[in-house]
Amino acid sequence: MKGILKIAYKLLVNDKGKFAALLVGITFAVFLMVMMTSMFAGILHRSSATVLNVGAKVWVMDPAVNTPANTIPLPDYVLDAVRSINGVKYAVPLYSAGALVKLRSGVYQSVTVIGLDDASLYGRPELIEGRIEDIYAENAFVVVKDSEFPKLDNPRIGTEFELNDHRGVIVGIARVSTGSLFGVPTLYTTYNRALQYIPSTRFTTAFILIEPKSGDAVSNIKAQVAALGYEALTKKEFIQKTSNFYKYQTGIGTNVLIMTVISFIVGLSISGQTFYTFILENLDKFGALKAIGAKGKELVFMILFQATFTSLAGYGLGIGLASLVITVAKLRLPSYAAMITYSSLGFAFVMVLIIAGISSYIGVRKVLRIEPFDIFRG
Amino acid sequence: MAELAMRATELVKWFGEGETKTVAVHEISFDAWFGEMLFIEGPSGSGKTTLLSLISGILRPNSGTVMVEGQDLWAMTSDRIADFRLNKVGFVFQDYHLFPRLTTVENVAIPLILKRLDWNESINEAMKYLEIVGIKDRALLPPVKLSGGEQQRVAIARAIASRPDILIFDEPTASLDGDTGRRILEFVKKNILNEKRCIIIVTHDSRIFEYADRIIKMEDGRITGIEQGGEREE
Repeated sequence: MKGILKIAYKLLVNDKGKFAALLVGITFAVFLMVMMTSMFAGILHRSSATVLNVGAKVWVMDPAVNTPANTIPLPDYVLDAVRSINGVKYAVPLYSAGALVKLRSGVYQSVTVIGLDDASLYGRPELIEGRIEDIYAENAFVVVKDSEFPKLDNPRIGTEFELNDHRGVIVGIARVSTGSLFGVPTLYTTYNRALQYIPSTRFTTAFILIEPKSGDAVSNIKAQVAALGYEALTKKEFIQKTSNFYKYQTGIGTNVLIMTVISFIVGLSISGQTFYTFILENLDKFGALKAIGAKGKELVFMILFQATFTSLAGYGLGIGLASLVITVAKLRLPSYAAMITYSSLGFAFVMVLIIAGISSYIGVRKVLRIEPFDIFRG
Repeated sequence: MAELAMRATELVKWFGEGETKTVAVHEISFDAWFGEMLFIEGPSGSGKTTLLSLISGILRPNSGTVMVEGQDLWAMTSDRIADFRLNKVGFVFQDYHLFPRLTTVENVAIPLILKRLDWNESINEAMKYLEIVGIKDRALLPPVKLSGGEQQRVAIARAIASRPDILIFDEPTASLDGDTGRRILEFVKKNILNEKRCIIIVTHDSRIFEYADRIIKMEDGRITGIEQGGEREE
């Protein structure tokens, strides 16, 4: 069978024009599908940036909250009630709000301010410059060095700015695993300083972060919080809830799905049609092979091999091209939200197999129907 | 005395049904012997290509038998018939049907590869057959770079590569000029035909009848006569 597959391979790749057209079709389809799903994955990932960066195991919030960006302040008693739940090791408040800072250049820039619990600094980022203790110093803020960092004029330790007529000083530069979705820099400070600097509503706690005593305690904590009229979600559940919001309650998911389906159809059309033409042009050769003594299943293997080989080569090229474009885009546009996930790769792979399957099916039908007698008749 | 290579008995083949029914082969019986060059001759539409297909395991007859090595060809399973075509019959098609995307030697190696010989072994073996047909130096060229006569030789090399008992030529001189056609037939008679092989040639080119041992004449799906080659006796 190896020799037969080698013939199939040579018949395919030596027809350079057709082979190139097949590769272009599948590469293009994979590229588009991977780009679409990667952009969506990037958006979803960044939409949960706060959850990922703070890293708390359990988050308490108002049930109407859909994303970490849209908070509904919790009454102060909720924090006390949560702390009294059996299975809670500790619980701290988290402040999260948008604000406007005035830079030394006089430019105003939107920022996200995250206020960490004063006592524990639970959820603090990893510092790459400065010391975390300095966050307790007067007017102290830690800035996150992510893709939005240059918007604050690349601050250094000691750089000053104004926030709501208050003086702010950068005392540390931190890194986080995920940049924010909305293109605004992030500042960390203490919970109480955030309340002092930013105009507040009656209630100020955006989320309550819980460290459970054990994994088993989570279900009880969730039930007790629900009894209070609020919602406790694990980190994973909160990320999922955020993803679901963007997938199903905004137009993003639908648009990405439509674009992905269009990419698939375009790829299928180009590849299917080219492969069909390839089979038609070689139909008399397949008939001759049949007359010489090739069995039907051998011809089927040849066609399946040709379709699979082309599809996998196109898949590899498509993934490579998408990776290249995303890498170049991220170098040029640091805030570009796209990430190639295993799900994207798996999805594109399945789609490519479907393209290969449909293309082969058309070819196999045609080849199995050809009678060697037709070769004699010319 | 020569051995029997193949016996066709009362072969019938029709196409279509009802008013469109056309009988292409009408109760034809004949024998083919090892060591002979048997021509099937007749005008276009006389049923000679259909007859060729019936005796070579390509087209199933509506009735009649084809006995090869004591077995009825059409009583075999389709896989065994495919094996019969691969191992017992060699085809030289009218348009050669060489693969333009493969080299000449790879074309010749196809039957050997289908017989599951290793790739390198098949190529080495195919080179021997290219040497037999005298175009070993063209082995690595694609068939489209060869002349009509050379392509015919490649087709012959491919047909004999599986060492078939019966070699079938469909209009071998149709695409060749008179001289080249005669040279090919001379070559076949001298180098390819032997006591353990039967060659059946379908043609309507009377210029090559001199190479036939016997000529079966066909018209309207029936045998109208069997002549001795060259002498053309009834």
